[in-house]
Amino acid sequence: MSKKKLKVSAIRNGTVIDHIRPGKAFSVVKILHLDETDETVTITSRVASKVSGTKDIVKIEDRELLTEEVSSIALISPEATVNIIKEYEVIDKRNVRLPDTIENILPCSNPVCITNHEPVVTVFRVERSRPIVLRCHYCERTMQEKDVVKVLG
Amino acid sequence: MVQDIISIRDLEKADIENALLTAADMERFAEKGTTMAQGKILSTLFFEPSTRTMMSFQSAMNRLGGKVIGFSDIKSISVQKGETLSDTVRMMEQYSDIIVIRHPLEGSARLAAEVADVPVINAGDGANQHPTQTLLDLYTIKKEFDTIDGLTIALMGDLKYGRTVHSLAYALSLYDVELVFVSPRELRMPHEVTEHLKEKKTPYREVVNLEDIPKVDLVYATRIQKERFADPNEYERTKDAYRIDKSSIRLLGDARIMHPLPRVSEIAPEIDKTPNALYFEQAGNGIPVRMALLSMLMGVNR
Ligand SMILES: [Zn+2]
Repeated sequence: MSKKKLKVSAIRNGTVIDHIRPGKAFSVVKILHLDETDETVTITSRVASKVSGTKDIVKIEDRELLTEEVSSIALISPEATVNIIKEYEVIDKRNVRLPDTIENILPCSNPVCITNHEPVVTVFRVERSRPIVLRCHYCERTMQEKDVVKVLG
Repeated sequence: MVQDIISIRDLEKADIENALLTAADMERFAEKGTTMAQGKILSTLFFEPSTRTMMSFQSAMNRLGGKVIGFSDIKSISVQKGETLSDTVRMMEQYSDIIVIRHPLEGSARLAAEVADVPVINAGDGANQHPTQTLLDLYTIKKEFDTIDGLTIALMGDLKYGRTVHSLAYALSLYDVELVFVSPRELRMPHEVTEHLKEKKTPYREVVNLEDIPKVDLVYATRIQKERFADPNEYERTKDAYRIDKSSIRLLGDARIMHPLPRVSEIAPEIDKTPNALYFEQAGNGIPVRMALLSMLMGVNR
């Protein structure tokens, strides 16, 4: 098989998030708080993709991410797939889908929102997923895809 | 039944109708008062001043037989020493049975309601919501016309930034009404509101000039603020173009005129004594409506 296949399944156990939009791997790491975990995390940026030019890949060893945990990365990379690896084999492959609410991930883009002035866990309701429209549970303002990208990078 | 009054978006038509019926029921106590809220204490947490709104709540609570404590600007309390809103709310709820909050930051009332165990009423959170204003507007319409369904209602002035008209349009979309938006092009109703009306199949049209208003039952005028205009001349022109006075009122026939007050120059004083004027009555309707909301949330209204 190709070299790339090897690269993707090169971890023994854990989770491979594949088909991340090029350059967005670091945002994925941020959203999933992978910078705060003890597991080994490997970031591969801008590798050739069969589907669309280049893509990013994030691998987390020895940890199976739950669907709810990863769903919020659909905010910045809706085409991403989540592969669960056991003994070098892909035992489960899922697409990401935006959940109904997004908690504790995004800051609100409204500067006069209370969540930007007090220690409050942000909550957004997903009103539409394509194109993305989120409504802040507190200030009731909406955020579009461009606002999300602006705050998540 | 809702536990807090934070946003008009939280209210279903049944909640609104229930509040309006209770308000009508409160009219009989609006003059000589009642003792239904005896022993109850309202806290008014006004982090920015709004004397009218605060006095309206104070008057309503007094008519219900309850007492009021609170503050009307942050200089008087420790908030300026960096206390969080959550802490202020947690402290004040120890002293009272219900809280009314006004705060310049958007979403502050929602946060207060989540922190407090006692009911919370939003009396304005920045440019976001002021639901008791909307409810008293609806109550005024219903009281005047006996119905809201079937009316044609014009909203005029600054429709872009006006919180009051956004909430009112939103609430009216629960009814069978036709809306007319009257504003300069720069101050048109935001896309978000018109999209919502389309979804709710509420017919609306937009006109630029006061002269182009079709036959309507009601004109809801709002303030046009100077700071919205880059060019002061443009402001002067706009302000005059939407002024309701003796000559322009003829174009509006017997349409009733509402305004959230205070007015600047949107309505000439000569209109005050005409049968068209409904705005002082509207302000007065704040009392039975707030009595209704306070008593319902405290569970003392029967
Ligand atoms: Zn917000």
